[in-house]
Amino acid sequence: MSEKWYEKAGEQGGVVVSSRIRLARNLKNYPFPNKASLEQKKEIAEKVKRALEESNSTLANSFSFIPMEDISRIQAVSLVEKHLISPEFASDRKGRYLMLSKDESISIMINEEDHIRIQVLGSGLSLNECYDTANNLDTLLDNALGFAFNNKLGYLTQCPTNLGTGMRASLMLHIPATEKNRSINRISGNLTKLGMELRGTFGEGSDAKGSLYQLSNQITLGLSEHNAIENLKNIASQLIDQEEKALKETAKSIETQDVISRSLALLKSARLMSNDEAMKLISNVRAGMFTGLIANADYAKLNRLNEQIQPATLMTAEGKELTPQQRDIKRAEILNKEFSGI
Amino acid sequence: MLCQSCKKNEATTHVKRIVNGQIEEYDLCHECAKKMGYTNLFSGFENEWNSLLGSFFGGGLPSKTSATRCKSCGSSFSEIAKRGIVGCPDCYDTFYDELLPSIRKIHGNTQHNGKFPASAGKQLAIVNELESLQEQLNEAVSRQEFEKAAQLRDRINSLKGGNQNV
Repeated sequence: MSEKWYEKAGEQGGVVVSSRIRLARNLKNYPFPNKASLEQKKEIAEKVKRALEESNSTLANSFSFIPMEDISRIQAVSLVEKHLISPEFASDRKGRYLMLSKDESISIMINEEDHIRIQVLGSGLSLNECYDTANNLDTLLDNALGFAFNNKLGYLTQCPTNLGTGMRASLMLHIPATEKNRSINRISGNLTKLGMELRGTFGEGSDAKGSLYQLSNQITLGLSEHNAIENLKNIASQLIDQEEKALKETAKSIETQDVISRSLALLKSARLMSNDEAMKLISNVRAGMFTGLIANADYAKLNRLNEQIQPATLMTAEGKELTPQQRDIKRAEILNKEFSGI
Repeated sequence: MLCQSCKKNEATTHVKRIVNGQIEEYDLCHECAKKMGYTNLFSGFENEWNSLLGSFFGGGLPSKTSATRCKSCGSSFSEIAKRGIVGCPDCYDTFYDELLPSIRKIHGNTQHNGKFPASAGKQLAIVNELESLQEQLNEAVSRQEFEKAAQLRDRINSLKGGNQNV
């Protein structure tokens, strides 16, 4: 099995789990997906596929082409759990196609909200690297297909919220201490004024599972890609600073140390493990690694596990449907094994 | 349809999310959607658009809104306003004036700054790249990264040189 992007450790890995760049693009001379026929959607998909195949770029030759109708609902949901496609893309699969790179770092959703959604994922703080890859792929596809563009409004998108660069840059942040301070709402309110958004990655608001939050830019028109990314990095570095300080402070208390040790013990030996509990415990272990309470910080392992233990991804790996209890057993088995040496 | 959360107001927002490996779909009213963090820029958009146009044109919608249709995809402006999504790239030309106020409201801006596709013209691409390099140069200087600044300045000069011959 080839190494997936999330199996690599990244910069600032204690707080920044992953980086993501998404570009929204549309072909000239075709209506947007809401007005396009299934015939046209298929044509678009064929064109994208051919453009990649004929490009002779090393970037392009590792993609598999997946008509979404050909895969099961569980497989589709697993792709959502791995952040490779949107829930919307998984729920209505007709006329939709996915191009996925071998290491799962690049996905191209065809006929989602726009004809083309290029998405590049990287571990840790790696927005610039992700953007470079997305940018190269965009140039390559543009040369072959010709994207809809207007000198004033930039890249034309189905929804006006994406006009301009069509770029959404986001960071997945692990911020348990900030969350515990109850300052998420205040921060997210302030960020809205700066054209950015902070929200739970899994679940909403205070229910964010595993203390994982998504920080992203909202404004795409008038701000260059470079500036949008720099702004996001500036805000992120403040959040990271704040989180690091708060976390190191709480880690001094015996209560926090107890919670972290118990979390590791449960991961090592529990026999039934729900998804929510597992994410919470992994979050605690991450905090433990970050503060040095748990030696040999292996964030890449935690990133991988966070995806591996999700229900549909578990079932996809097993190749069959499992009852919730069967999943809890399987999940516990995986975690017992992975944490045995820590 | 009534909102599935409060069961009082009319549902206006359709939400899809993944819970425990299953896709769940909800219909929520504006208030509940907002409370749960599903802020949709377009909830109530039609009213805003209509009232905006309404006040501008003294109550009645302008003839363009109801009668004009996009030559390429057949969308009318009221259709676009109702759904909050645009029919095709050409709609942005056809309904540019009508769409602009909302675009300004969303982004606080109406002029693109950033990457251009090849078709937008070599000249435009060079102008844009120059702007971007200039931005990076200013940044490098302010961070006192002089080696990087020198490289950027060389690239700017060579682009400018090339530009004169275009």
